[in-house]
Amino acid sequence: MYRSIPTSLRRLTTLGAVALLGLAACGSDDAEPASAATEAPAVSEAPAATDAPMTSDAPAPLKIVSLSPSATEMLFAIGAGADVVAVDDQSNFPDEALAVQTDLSGYTPNIEAIAKYEPDLVVHDGTTDLGAQLQAIGIADWVGAAPVTFDDIYVQIEQLGAATGRVGEAAELVAQMQADIDAAVASVTEPAAPLRFFHELDDTLYSVTSNTFIGHVYGLFGLQNIADTAEGTTDYPQLSAEFVISQSPDLIFLADTKCCGQSIDTVGARAGWGAVKAVGNGGVIELDDDVASRWGPRVVGLVQQVAVAVNAVQVAAP
Amino acid sequence: MIHRSRLWLPAAGVLLIGALALGVMIGPAGNWGAADWNIIWNVRMPRVVLAGVVGAMLSLAGASYQGVFRNPLVDPYLLGVAAGAGLGATIVFAIGRSATSNWVVDPLPLAAFVGGLLAVLVTYLVGAGFGANRSGVTLVLAGVAVTSLATAVQTFVLQRNNDVIREVYSWILGRLSTATWGDVTLVLPYVVISSVVLMLHRRHLDVLRVGDDEAIALGTQVRRVRLAVVIAATLGTAAVVSVSGLIGFVGIVVPHMVRLLAGASYRLLLPLSLLLGASFLILADIPGRVLQNPAETPIGVVTAFLGAPFFILVLRTRRTA
Repeated sequence: MYRSIPTSLRRLTTLGAVALLGLAACGSDDAEPASAATEAPAVSEAPAATDAPMTSDAPAPLKIVSLSPSATEMLFAIGAGADVVAVDDQSNFPDEALAVQTDLSGYTPNIEAIAKYEPDLVVHDGTTDLGAQLQAIGIADWVGAAPVTFDDIYVQIEQLGAATGRVGEAAELVAQMQADIDAAVASVTEPAAPLRFFHELDDTLYSVTSNTFIGHVYGLFGLQNIADTAEGTTDYPQLSAEFVISQSPDLIFLADTKCCGQSIDTVGARAGWGAVKAVGNGGVIELDDDVASRWGPRVVGLVQQVAVAVNAVQVAAP
Repeated sequence: MIHRSRLWLPAAGVLLIGALALGVMIGPAGNWGAADWNIIWNVRMPRVVLAGVVGAMLSLAGASYQGVFRNPLVDPYLLGVAAGAGLGATIVFAIGRSATSNWVVDPLPLAAFVGGLLAVLVTYLVGAGFGANRSGVTLVLAGVAVTSLATAVQTFVLQRNNDVIREVYSWILGRLSTATWGDVTLVLPYVVISSVVLMLHRRHLDVLRVGDDEAIALGTQVRRVRLAVVIAATLGTAAVVSVSGLIGFVGIVVPHMVRLLAGASYRLLLPLSLLLGASFLILADIPGRVLQNPAETPIGVVTAFLGAPFFILVLRTRRTA
């Protein structure tokens, strides 16, 4: 009888703990600027990287397991897709990756299930203690932690190029990305007054501050993040609806089109949001949740989408 | 004593009006006068009203459960409503809200509501199946088992779909922050029906306080009363949980506050719990909105933060009294 209270309490705390763990894992996927991200992601004893000839015409024959959706996208983009024998359950891009998609989890990795693929190299984001486990059974791993800057991404691509014997392709990809991003930034006419934006992570109005990688993407265009006033508590604050409406941002970026089914229409239909500038000016932009929370080559498309939006909203409201 | 008890209801009514006024006046978009009417009407007022409705329902259901199980420490989530609703909501999040965004009915509150009711139904069938239902102990134990089971399934589903953990977590901590008038009209009918049924049973609850055998001797149909109260309290709780998520402690703290102030008679306890529960949650939501302005502090955190120390205080006072 008297167990009822402790039970319901325990229930909540257990869930809380589980959820917090999950939040940590989620955060990394959402480009959390983990302290590890500033350290250069390192290849730990990857024999292939040193033994294999570093030329693009003779790629090292490797069996790679990727547990990081961002790294999966990088591997396929540098032409190392053929070496990838298995990817985790979240790696859903590009289409070729789906052919090797498995039930392996990057959040709760199972070392035995990974070892079954007899990989030469396991690619992960370093948020679990998988590295130590792999080391114990002599499997090389490469860690690509959530980045803070664009340079962190380029370094990761180049390291993967080196590890897979595709240095040339990696360098080409990095150069192309840099050129495309520069072009996107140059295509934007600088607004007279700085534009303000709200980046929406889910329909309970969780957002990101400028300390995050996605925050840096907007920083390229000098956009002002309304979530920055909530800084100090967390880089992923939950903003109150009253605040977002009263700030009336020029742009709203929806990174919750997949998770939460949000769209230009649903935002327009929210009570009280009709008065927000972005809603009136066509400044509500639907992003792909995955692209907005990963740090693969598709970040270029994200930058271009933001560039188009910044120009469009200025035409709508000069 | 009689005239004193007559004063409590008007006093609680005045407090509720004060809480409503304060709630509408204070918010991150600026206090009364500074904030846009659009924001106050569309964002702040539904939130304040929903907080009132949810707080009232949880307190009333908590007090009723405490009466029907003759246990001052039970809360409205006792028989598995919270775990069932949490599981229902988690499944909707796991399926993906984009897959269901075109549905006529938003599946999230529906799944939470159905999940909560199903969990209590299972609890009741299991508890009654073992017979000896007289003091409700088997029912409570069945509730513990069903809660554990539903929580285990929920954790498993979450672990398989860890990309939705943040959404589920945010739901579990309570979500008054996204309240709309639609939410209010969605739950209000259930809350009204449930409250009326519970209020009509408040004298029976007083009789039950002396024990099942004595209550039967006094002519009360104990099983029927217990069933009616459990169904009404569960229906109301499931409805508010389905829109507001899990908000802890209100259902325990408020009835105890009332017992300390106005005595343990259910004739006064139920209406006072209703009024003070509404005031409590409306007032607790104000720091939720402004403490980390413009960021939100989850309402579940605020109520537990205020509720836990108060609960300890109640326990201390009871022991020394």
